[in-house]
Amino acid sequence: MQDTVPTQSAFLTLAGISKRYAGVRALDGIEFACERGKIHAVLGENGAGKSTLIKIIAGVVQPDAGTMCLAGNQVSFATPSAANAAGVVCIFQELSLMPDLSVADNISIASPPRRFGLIDARAQRRRAEELLAEIGCEDVNPLMRVRDLPLSRRQVVEIAKALGKRPQLLILDEATSALTSADVEKVYAMLARLKAEGVAILYISHRMHEVEALADRASVFRNGRHIETFDKGARSTADIVQLMIGRDIAAQYPARPARKPMTPVLALENLSWEKHLDRISLSVGTGEIVGLGGLDGQGQKSLLLALFGVLRGVTGRIMIDAREARLGSPAAAKSAGVALVPEDRKTEGLMLPMSITDNLTIASLGAISTGPFVDRAKESTAVERSIARLQVKIGAPGDAVSTLSGGNQQKVVLAKWLMTEPRIILLNDPTRGIDVGTKQELYRLMRELADQGAAILFYSTDYDELIGCCDRVAIMYDGRIVRELEGDELTETNIIASSLNVHTETPATAGTAHA
Amino acid sequence: MLDDLAIRVRQNIGLLTAILLFCILYLLYNLTHPKGFSSAVLVQNGNEIFALAMLAMAQTVPVLASGLDLSVGAVMTMVGCFASYLLAGAVGGTPLHLDIFGLQLGLGTFPGGTSGILLGLAACAVIGLIAGFVNGCIVVYGRIQPIIATLATGAVYIGIALFLRPTPGGKIDEDLNWALTNSLGDFAATVHIFNDGSATWFSPIAWIPVPFVLLVLIALLVWVPFRRSVLGRAVYAVGSAEGAAYMSGLPIARAKIAAFTLAGFFAGCGGLFLAIQTSSGNADIPQAGAYTLNSIASVVIGGTSLLGGTGSAIGSIFGAMILRVISFFFRIFDIAPLLQPLFEGLILLIAVSIGALGVLRVKNTLELFR
Repeated sequence: MQDTVPTQSAFLTLAGISKRYAGVRALDGIEFACERGKIHAVLGENGAGKSTLIKIIAGVVQPDAGTMCLAGNQVSFATPSAANAAGVVCIFQELSLMPDLSVADNISIASPPRRFGLIDARAQRRRAEELLAEIGCEDVNPLMRVRDLPLSRRQVVEIAKALGKRPQLLILDEATSALTSADVEKVYAMLARLKAEGVAILYISHRMHEVEALADRASVFRNGRHIETFDKGARSTADIVQLMIGRDIAAQYPARPARKPMTPVLALENLSWEKHLDRISLSVGTGEIVGLGGLDGQGQKSLLLALFGVLRGVTGRIMIDAREARLGSPAAAKSAGVALVPEDRKTEGLMLPMSITDNLTIASLGAISTGPFVDRAKESTAVERSIARLQVKIGAPGDAVSTLSGGNQQKVVLAKWLMTEPRIILLNDPTRGIDVGTKQELYRLMRELADQGAAILFYSTDYDELIGCCDRVAIMYDGRIVRELEGDELTETNIIASSLNVHTETPATAGTAHA
Repeated sequence: MLDDLAIRVRQNIGLLTAILLFCILYLLYNLTHPKGFSSAVLVQNGNEIFALAMLAMAQTVPVLASGLDLSVGAVMTMVGCFASYLLAGAVGGTPLHLDIFGLQLGLGTFPGGTSGILLGLAACAVIGLIAGFVNGCIVVYGRIQPIIATLATGAVYIGIALFLRPTPGGKIDEDLNWALTNSLGDFAATVHIFNDGSATWFSPIAWIPVPFVLLVLIALLVWVPFRRSVLGRAVYAVGSAEGAAYMSGLPIARAKIAAFTLAGFFAGCGGLFLAIQTSSGNADIPQAGAYTLNSIASVVIGGTSLLGGTGSAIGSIFGAMILRVISFFFRIFDIAPLLQPLFEGLILLIAVSIGALGVLRVKNTLELFR
């Protein structure tokens, strides 16, 4: 399918679109077009301008210059609802759901079915059921409050909500990042159907294999500029990564040091909690990066929370340096030398409106205080040091942390915990929604920390990452560790097989793993 | 479907608890009262409950949009003072005049008779509506936090009330007072309908107190349609996640203004009833403050989250009734009036704590902060 980039058949055309934020150039003279019946991937590092581009198309922000044409007519959207009315619908990375309203309410929020001027609850429910069935997720009860759904189901609802607006142009911004693999398949099928119906689809994802599987065409952005648009198969993955970061990356993952006998820092014995953790035994040694693998939602997140003192009623023993540790709260975990980079950086990791300085020092105020007062001099030295260490790209340390890009925000979360000099570092999918360049910096940093003696427990939904970064990977299934993979065993086939709890090489080792 | 029922029960557990608690307390009250289970007691209680129930409903709407309204008591007081001029019902009409710094300004004559009274009722409701609308506009277009905006406007409304009634006074039409503060039978006899209330079909319901009927009517005709309108849905959405509501293209500004306007209307109805009940207008500042605080307490007891997004005005009505029934017990047990605030406070504290007991069951402490 090597056709040239057309101009007259384009559904959406952008010409000379520019946007500046407080003097910083976010987009610079963008020329871009996408067609009906095609899935068009938009690629680029964080800060490349993808988010701004989408926001302009969806009417969230207005461009400073340039024109936008939809089906040949020049348009400009003042609000998201104006864009929706024109058939442009966006599924944003930050979910646009109202947690206290029901699934049905949320799906029909913009234009609910009405009878006698009032919302028709029954029709609304039917509509929700139909839309959920369209994606293949009938298991979500439309009466449930969104608050009570897990993140992956919320994303399904978000997609159903967008679908309900009958889009002509559908924009997906990292829309699959929280989905379980089963749901991802269903979303792919839905996208294929929409494509066949002639919907134009813009697809933003950091998962290269998704882009390879789905996109008919891709455009790469870098530093607010459109770099190149090419058809499927015209460029190799290596080429694309090259275009995105504009520099060569020799080794994606830092070299793994040779394995040597090590003393366990963290040892778990028969850890159980509710229905989510079932007799977990695991040890992590100093200088070791242990991965947690498996399908999403098999208890990996609960395990990390249990180790950080968040869960009540955990049974079994947690040993730190061969002494039993009682982790009753995150504060207790912190003083025991444990750090957690949480699942959701925007709500659990950062205080978005507070400054970068405040966020960096918030977990280690004791170390930079004299008596009850924070020592400003110590504070700024500490902040400067950690910003330099993690190469966080910031304006000024006094800026709100919300002004940073996703990757840099995640660096701030990590830097905050590094200030506490933790011995055990728990990472909950830290690279979710983060660009390739920052990912590699994080990998390097993890290895560096391990070399300095930290014990790292690393949960990731990306198998590739687990294989590349970890010394050892524990695969979880239904709250148990079903297998630990190490050395040559650490292959994608083995991880996937164990994740599904099917055994390819070593039969009959079900139950708790060897600790 | 049983599944659906379970979900509905779980989502409305606050409301159900409030209803159950009220039923138990009110049953106990009637059992201990010497004249329990009689129409007379019911009528008296209805009159004592109505104004607070209206204020609780008023407070609910802004709270659902996650904003407190500290002016509900003031709006009530102000509308009450207006009512004491507009509902006199004198046959020849009531002459109105303004007295500004000794300057006498004649404002014509407000009509009397039945049509005059109806006009006066409508005017008072509209005054409440306007006061709420002003609150809403200040919050939305002035971009001022609701708590600050309504603290200021509340002072203004009290000021207007004091200007209207420097000392308690005025007059309310006696028939109106009688018709609205007694049983349905008395109402029918006063306004001469249903054979003056002696129609045979009417007698089985003649014992029901009018304030209860008004309460149910207002809830059914104003609150229920509002909750099921797009604007009402938008109020819940704004309280749940304002950013998401904006991104969904909801009319946020209109929803907030509507929330405060409706609050003004409910508070105005409360003030109207209080004036009718006491047959006078009184710019009572401590009373306005007490009503505002009790309205917030009622909202909480009724299962509405102060963070917004969940709850309903129906729950708040039950919250208000629970608060009132507790004070009825003071009369029965003859507790010294000076000790009443202490007991009321303690009971309120216990009631709210019971609502928070669910916290102990949470196994993932991170959920406490969501």
